[in-house]
Amino acid sequence: MLRNFLNKVKPHFEEGGKLHAFQSVFDGMETFLFVPNTTARTGVSIHDSIDSKRIMSVVVLALLPALFFGMYNIGYQNYQAAGVDASFFEMFGYGLLVMLPKIIVSYGVGLGIEFIVAQWKKEEIQEGYLVTGLLIPMIVPVGCPLWMLALAVAFSVIFAKEIYGGTGMNIFNPALIARAFLFFAYPTSMSGDKVWVASESFFGLGNNLTVDAMTKATPLGEAAAGIASKTEFTDLVVGLIPGSIGETSVIAIAIGAAILLLTRIASWKTMSMVFLGGALAGFLFNVIGLENNAVAEMPWWNHLAAGGFCFGAVFMATDPVTSCRTEQGKYIYGFIIGALAITIRVLNPGYPEGMMLAILFMNMFAPAIDYCFVQSNINKRLRRMKTNA
Amino acid sequence: MNPLNIDNPVAVQVLGICSALAVTAQLEPAIVMGLSVTVITAFANVIVSLLRKTIPNRIRIIVQLVVVATLVTLVSQVLKAFAYDVSVQLSVYVGLIITNCILMGRLEAFAMQNGPWESFLDGVGSGLGYAWILVAVGAVREFFGAGTLLGFPIIPESMLEANGGWYVHNGMMTMPAMALILVGCIIWGHRAYNDHKAKK
Repeated sequence: MLRNFLNKVKPHFEEGGKLHAFQSVFDGMETFLFVPNTTARTGVSIHDSIDSKRIMSVVVLALLPALFFGMYNIGYQNYQAAGVDASFFEMFGYGLLVMLPKIIVSYGVGLGIEFIVAQWKKEEIQEGYLVTGLLIPMIVPVGCPLWMLALAVAFSVIFAKEIYGGTGMNIFNPALIARAFLFFAYPTSMSGDKVWVASESFFGLGNNLTVDAMTKATPLGEAAAGIASKTEFTDLVVGLIPGSIGETSVIAIAIGAAILLLTRIASWKTMSMVFLGGALAGFLFNVIGLENNAVAEMPWWNHLAAGGFCFGAVFMATDPVTSCRTEQGKYIYGFIIGALAITIRVLNPGYPEGMMLAILFMNMFAPAIDYCFVQSNINKRLRRMKTNA
Repeated sequence: MNPLNIDNPVAVQVLGICSALAVTAQLEPAIVMGLSVTVITAFANVIVSLLRKTIPNRIRIIVQLVVVATLVTLVSQVLKAFAYDVSVQLSVYVGLIITNCILMGRLEAFAMQNGPWESFLDGVGSGLGYAWILVAVGAVREFFGAGTLLGFPIIPESMLEANGGWYVHNGMMTMPAMALILVGCIIWGHRAYNDHKAKK
């Protein structure tokens, strides 16, 4: 039925049709709903059954467990802070109502800008925002106001993506740029003690909280403030703790990781090396120990489960656009991200979480790492050619 | 008029970026800095232009530097005497006008070949071209970073989060990184506009 409708309105958007100016919007809608049936007409091209829109859909699927858990956790934190008992569905429903406007704002602003740019450049609409748009609301604290979110989305889509040439051309991960923008522009709304619990009620769900009741520190925030964290490893894994919306539950993220690895969208090399690097750095700090530094004393397995480490390792570091493309490069890239993230956590008291900065930093060096490996490969082959000749 | 638009020292020649990042967190120092550079460029241009026939080619950079350094010291003393607060805010950057690439660029490229009156106009034009970009960036940064312009609050206090409103100042605007992005935007818009005009 939808197909018939699209076929019926299609002529309007083609050359000479009255709505030709909106061709890119139409094309975006059509290919979003159906696999395009046009193929390359010249040259040899081998097509897999999967194209980039299908990849995006799988990544979105992989994000859903963490998203749903995040929604539940929003409700859980709210009801717990208010000291009210509630059923699972009340908690989840409350989280859904808190989360939905954020997702709508993120997609609305981001896709809006993409549509405008595509129209303006007369290109097809690029599908890359599908994943970014879901990632951004998941990596901010629940207390982040919508207008800040909209601003950050606009900033990251324009400055991290469109000026580099759109999807696939960006150097930095746009979702992390949005978070970095918020982090530096509005530090009070992005960290501290007051942003991790939603404090307003919607449609009879949830509770209005006073400032005192909603004050809750994340385990990393506590550690950075010099308080030995009471949070147990199991709590970190289950994830019913204060934190950015999507990042708290290791279990939910692990389900996403499994989907990404089984479909081979994310590289297991990058992912495992991030954890290895983080574990090693955490272990070293455990052994050495620093005076008056509670973060250094945090056991290394807690480091891996706390904060955004898992989320970053699974969904951010493995982004095929901004990570290394050479296979050996992925090992180094991942390892340094993990080690750097823990090092920032431990050594810089100003930043309780180092994952975002570590990934952005390595995004910058990924092309350089690739270049080294490609060059060494070229040199190796040249040498082999000379000895054979 | 060229230096204001087509040959703008910041937007087209990409000179003087370092000081544009440093002094534009607020509007007032940006204006003062822009004016100081305009005055110094104009008079340095005139003096070097008058001396251009007598300056030996091999030591011309040293002579130019002496001229500029003298003028910078004068301006710095005037600022300290009449606008002490601003000169404290500008701190070392007044002294660093000596190394501002726009000055050396204009002296080398223009004043060494042209008469005093043309050099004066060129200096004023280049200085103002630099100044308006500084003022534009400074205005945006002060407005979004602190909600004020020239120290007067523009955004009503009641809107601020601390007073129960929803608005929070953008802390990133007060960082030099944002100045770089804003200068980039101005260059982007400027080029796009001029290319568009050139095609017509």
